[in-house]
Amino acid sequence: MAERTYIEAIREGLSEEMTRDSDVYVLGEDVAVGGPFGVTKGLAEQFGENRVVNTPISEGTVVGLAVGAAVLGFRPVVEVMFIDFITLAMDQLVNHGAKLHYMSGGQLRVRLTIRVQGGALGNWGAHHSQSLEAWFLHVPGLKVVAPSNPADAKGLLKAAIRDDNPVLFIEHRGLYWSSGEVPEGDHVVPIGKAALRRSGRDVTVLAFSKMVSVALEAAEELATEGISVEVIDPRSLCPLDFETIETSVRKTSRLVIVHEAVLRGGIGAELAAQIQEAVFYYLDSPILRVGAPFAPVPSSGALENHFVPGKEQIVHAVRKAMGHTTAKQ
Amino acid sequence: MDVPNQAELLSLLRKMWIIRSFEEKVSEMCARRQITGLIHLGIGQEAVAVGVCSLLQADDYIFGGHRSHGHAIAKGAELGRLMAELAGRSTGYCGGKGGSMHLVAMECGFVTATGVVGGTIPLALGAAFVCKEKGRGQVAVVFFGDGAGQAGAFHESLNIASLWKLPVIFVCENNGYAEFTPLSAHTLVSRLANHAQTYSIPNVTVDGNEILAVRESVHEAVRKARAGEGPSFIECLTYRLRGHYEGDPGKYRELSELAEWKEKDPIARLTRVLKKEHSISDEALKQAESEARDLVDRASQFALSSPWPAAGEVDSLVYA
Repeated sequence: MAERTYIEAIREGLSEEMTRDSDVYVLGEDVAVGGPFGVTKGLAEQFGENRVVNTPISEGTVVGLAVGAAVLGFRPVVEVMFIDFITLAMDQLVNHGAKLHYMSGGQLRVRLTIRVQGGALGNWGAHHSQSLEAWFLHVPGLKVVAPSNPADAKGLLKAAIRDDNPVLFIEHRGLYWSSGEVPEGDHVVPIGKAALRRSGRDVTVLAFSKMVSVALEAAEELATEGISVEVIDPRSLCPLDFETIETSVRKTSRLVIVHEAVLRGGIGAELAAQIQEAVFYYLDSPILRVGAPFAPVPSSGALENHFVPGKEQIVHAVRKAMGHTTAKQ
Repeated sequence: MDVPNQAELLSLLRKMWIIRSFEEKVSEMCARRQITGLIHLGIGQEAVAVGVCSLLQADDYIFGGHRSHGHAIAKGAELGRLMAELAGRSTGYCGGKGGSMHLVAMECGFVTATGVVGGTIPLALGAAFVCKEKGRGQVAVVFFGDGAGQAGAFHESLNIASLWKLPVIFVCENNGYAEFTPLSAHTLVSRLANHAQTYSIPNVTVDGNEILAVRESVHEAVRKARAGEGPSFIECLTYRLRGHYEGDPGKYRELSELAEWKEKDPIARLTRVLKKEHSISDEALKQAESEARDLVDRASQFALSSPWPAAGEVDSLVYA
């Protein structure tokens, strides 16, 4: 095990995959100089600027170019600096990248990874703070992952690059400088496997990306009240490890889903629907969701604090879920 | 470039007749509801597809738009599997999952078409990026219409292709209409090749119904691309003799305009060259057409006798 920040873990994943496979290319704005957060720092020196390619500010065409290169055998990794800017590449990603394998009857494989980062932090306002994962879960053909710690960031990135499908790799800016243990060697985390972050009996809390740490803090506090919380991190949002979630809910009979994105139309809505279809008669309380209010991300620090779901909201939701019955002894 | 000899000219004529016959058969099958969906025919624009592809190699890549049956045929796609794809049958190139606007025939380098105007221009850059990195002298060609010239992807792509000296050839089939609207109502830039000038890309505007003129311009563009000299832009002035889609009554065009362009039919023009300058007999010329119609008849029979895709195919191949 080695201690790494989330940024270092991603960089290590990129570097290892570029070493392993000469068809891996990194493209994006400023990537040859490391990008705004230094994620790709040093890669251009290591692999040359023909493989770590600075692009103009043309997200749509750069993503399309990567799709074109991907179907002809390359494994491009595109960095879209902020998830907010992926709106500019929606046609290329959704209409072309996601569908070409299907539309071609399997003739084409889109071996593409798109790295984005998002999340509200530091009062950066409505164009540099969003959590947009739900849009992409609605697109057949795309895979979506959102790592919550350095080990998963590295392992899932390596899996994404090796995958023959387009994978949207969602990083959280609020995790960039957090540290954690990363296993040595060729550490690959399979896409589609959830992780149990804390075992518990009474309520399952499902959280991903930065919300995992917030959920764990909430679970700690709730433990002092005698409420035992199980925290599950799906890691991969599509495909989803439904089995692990279902097993947990069958055990606890209560589910709270947490995400930083706005509540309406979020992944929580879809998951709640799927879970109740599967385990309705096991539930002791309605499935509850915690998410952001239905508003753009505000710029003011005072407002941003009200926007991003915090520990208190999770604690409140869990208590509410417990309200109909007592904690199991 | 060398002037094509008689055999080469005849081969170009045959290819144009195959596309023409194919498109006419598709039109007939649409009327009979044997082919359904949104179908855009390239009747009248055959000289561009054939002229361009006649100078490409099997391992070069091409990308089409929504009006691309002809491009696929010109690059070497098999007529039966193409027709079966249009008819939604399991034997089609994409098993019926693509259809007219999403043709893919990788075996001959037809990488993909698109239902989004301008959508394949960035994809072609990706192919050119791969060609450049592999260094085997391959080129990528993308066909699009005048309507794409006002799309953001078009301008971004011209800029990047120029900046990175990508071996890509932009072939703009300017047929004067973006769906139902004349180009003049969408832009004041009447020569779309001028945009290439802005991005420092060598460019030319040619008579797209004159196959030898198309070939002349493509020859130079291919030479440049293979030599590592970067992209080229060829604007081919042409006209679609059918509506925007099958079923479009085309009331936005004057009949006189249509008649004028029928006079400039690319097949008739090459036929005249063969007759006047090569003394090809009427019989030989007729044979080029009838052979094409036979091939297309067989393709149609193959398509219509092919099975429909099974129900289970509806969500197969969503992921690789």
